[in-house]
Amino acid sequence: MNLFLIIWGAATVVGLVLLIVLRPDHHLSWLVIIASLTAFAVWVSLPGNPGIRIDLNNDGVYGIDRELVFREGLDLAGGVKILLQADLPENEAPPAGSMDEVRRIVESRIDSLGALEPTVQLQGERRLIIELPGYEDPEGATSLIKETALLEFVEVPEPLLAGTPILTSYAMERSGGEPEATDLEATEEAGVGLDAPALDETDNTVYQTVMTGEILENATVQSSQTTGEIMVAFQLTPEGDTQFADYTTAHVGDYLAIVLDGVVLSSPRIQTAITGGSGVITGEFSLEEATRLATQLRYGALPIPLSVESTSTVGPTLGQISVEQSIRAGIIGIGVILLFMLIYYRVPGISAALALLVFTTLNMMVFKLVPVTMTLPAITGFLISVGTAVDGNILIFERLKEEVRGGKRITRAVEVGFDRAWTSIRDSNLSTLIICVVLYGFGTSFGAAAVRGFAITLALGLIINLFTAVTVTRTFLYYIMLPLSDDMLDKRRWLLGL
Amino acid sequence: MFSNFVQRRRLYYLISAIVIIPGVIAMIYSTITFGSPVRLSIDFRGGSLYVVQFEDTATETGIRDVYTEFGQDDPVIQQLGEPEDNRWQIRAGALTAEEQAALKQALIDQVAPIDNNQSTLDVVSPTIGGEVTRAAFFAVLAAAIVILGFIWFAFRSVPNAPRYGACAIAAMVHDVLVTMGMMSILGIFFGWEVDALFLTAVLTVVGYSVQDSIVVFDRIRENLPRYRMEEYDMVVNRSVLETIHRSLATQLNAIFVMVAILLFGGETIRQFIAILLIGLVSGTYSSIFTAVPLLVSWEKGDLSFRKKAAA
Repeated sequence: MNLFLIIWGAATVVGLVLLIVLRPDHHLSWLVIIASLTAFAVWVSLPGNPGIRIDLNNDGVYGIDRELVFREGLDLAGGVKILLQADLPENEAPPAGSMDEVRRIVESRIDSLGALEPTVQLQGERRLIIELPGYEDPEGATSLIKETALLEFVEVPEPLLAGTPILTSYAMERSGGEPEATDLEATEEAGVGLDAPALDETDNTVYQTVMTGEILENATVQSSQTTGEIMVAFQLTPEGDTQFADYTTAHVGDYLAIVLDGVVLSSPRIQTAITGGSGVITGEFSLEEATRLATQLRYGALPIPLSVESTSTVGPTLGQISVEQSIRAGIIGIGVILLFMLIYYRVPGISAALALLVFTTLNMMVFKLVPVTMTLPAITGFLISVGTAVDGNILIFERLKEEVRGGKRITRAVEVGFDRAWTSIRDSNLSTLIICVVLYGFGTSFGAAAVRGFAITLALGLIINLFTAVTVTRTFLYYIMLPLSDDMLDKRRWLLGL
Repeated sequence: MFSNFVQRRRLYYLISAIVIIPGVIAMIYSTITFGSPVRLSIDFRGGSLYVVQFEDTATETGIRDVYTEFGQDDPVIQQLGEPEDNRWQIRAGALTAEEQAALKQALIDQVAPIDNNQSTLDVVSPTIGGEVTRAAFFAVLAAAIVILGFIWFAFRSVPNAPRYGACAIAAMVHDVLVTMGMMSILGIFFGWEVDALFLTAVLTVVGYSVQDSIVVFDRIRENLPRYRMEEYDMVVNRSVLETIHRSLATQLNAIFVMVAILLFGGETIRQFIAILLIGLVSGTYSSIFTAVPLLVSWEKGDLSFRKKAAA
């Protein structure tokens, strides 16, 4: 399946060797390079591309494994985009590393939503961007994410049933002395699949919080080697270790409830003093329950509360329609330009039209390789770069015509045309490139993110254009003009659009 | 047909004025009515934009009532496409995620079923809107500096450099006024709102327009020493004629693409493309019919009050 890559690699090497052996500006070596590059670009751009997979050390594992697909932005794929912000006072920066922690927790939580390829990105110091392609319900997503679960270790006189809602000293203190209404609500919904006993509203015992989830470093599922019993092993942070060791040494034989958002997860008995920074929780867990508990222990609490700043929901069908419409518009637009160049510039127009096709495939290749997230503005940026791509050719061909009118031999006029037009092409692309940089900067502001795609594709188009408008067109024009003599062209000037 | 092209410069100024003045009036009217020269979208103000596909007939009052229930007193409700499309666009204040879900449900219960597959809902908090506004301000500032720097660089060694620079800038201002004015008019009559992409369109257009002016000016600079015998306006005329094919051919291609997107492309991107197209046409016009004639006017002293007074 990667036969193509091998052949392509060989052809490219031949092209490069030719380029070095022959003069650098030799048309043949350029032709080989252009052909091999285009072939590769076409291969990459094809919809059914198998991806690049290279088994580097022949061990059956792909050292390089790249899927080659267009990455669709949410406006095309449909889905939900949410911007969350640390809900702290303006002047209070989130503690170092805490936002990374939030990102990890949010990632683990949204995995359960079943979106196709969810992404969670940090933006700046206090923001998190979540993209859920193919998902439709921002409310469901945000409520899941914002669940600021609070994990506590609570001293209890007797084992409590999993699912029992209790009041704890830490939670009371945090909510300002009032039992949190939301906690009770959450309880009713939660039940977390375990048997929740009826809520006894008269029970107002406040249990003493010993430690919170901050002391946990990690938690994993293990099974006992002797009995096969499934349990949850946990590691503590260095500070947590001291606290935990002190407490458990003093309370061997007592019960310690693990409480998540005011609901008891389990209440194991402290069998021995837990020192050494790790321990296990047993409790006749099924594998599933143990996994859930381990996950809750690891990701139970968001270190920072989050607020929703912006949401965007795009229906998937709408995105699909946009894709189809954009492709159709692109094909028609490029088709009209091809026709225009052929009709207006005739023989040179053929080389420009071919160069435009090369330009298009090279762009497609870069979009897939980078990969560039394709959105409607990104597609527009590309199409506008198509419009400018021929500008280079037009500059050259207009020069060429001028030189022919001025009495130059045609072959000479072609050379002069390319030489003189180069600075103009470079300058005009440069000025637009600078604008692209400004626009890209503007697009880094979250609310203007759509602008970034436009700036990226337009800029890529302009850079690729420097190669196709000059080198590629010149090479093609050389071979197209080869069979035509100057005299013959001189007699049939209409072939040059004169 | 352009043999005495620069002679008719007053006509070109008149055409520009005819296009720009209504736009300026619209901007003044808009500032009085909406508080800004162009209507600003939720990108800048914050708020919610719901493009909703109902599966059955909906009424404006029905939608308005639902929004009012959610404390949204003054939603802007518009029908998109044909009445039988049942497609509506509602602009209102920001909604929390919970409110969004409840509002959707209320619309389904009280107005008509909704096809979520073909609907979009964007909500931007005022904080984010404020940031975008700030970012936009810096983008415009950066673009202005870059473009002025570019003009300065292109004309650093030409005699009367500031003059060329000023004319190129005049053409740029022309394009900004045309696009802003058109946007303002479209805002008043069709409710078009300026979003982040509008700014993108304007900056892109300005970049192209300045480039176009520079191409013509470059040619003038090249031709001046070559045709010392000729009058200044004749040299300018010649330079325009020499570059006009390139300008027109290039712009024509860009216009082809944009018309294609406008006609066959997606609905969501249409305003962006329309503004790009308007700007591009203006840019083509201004580089030939504003920047160059201004240069001649300056040389000839049309603009000098002293000379007018003397005459």
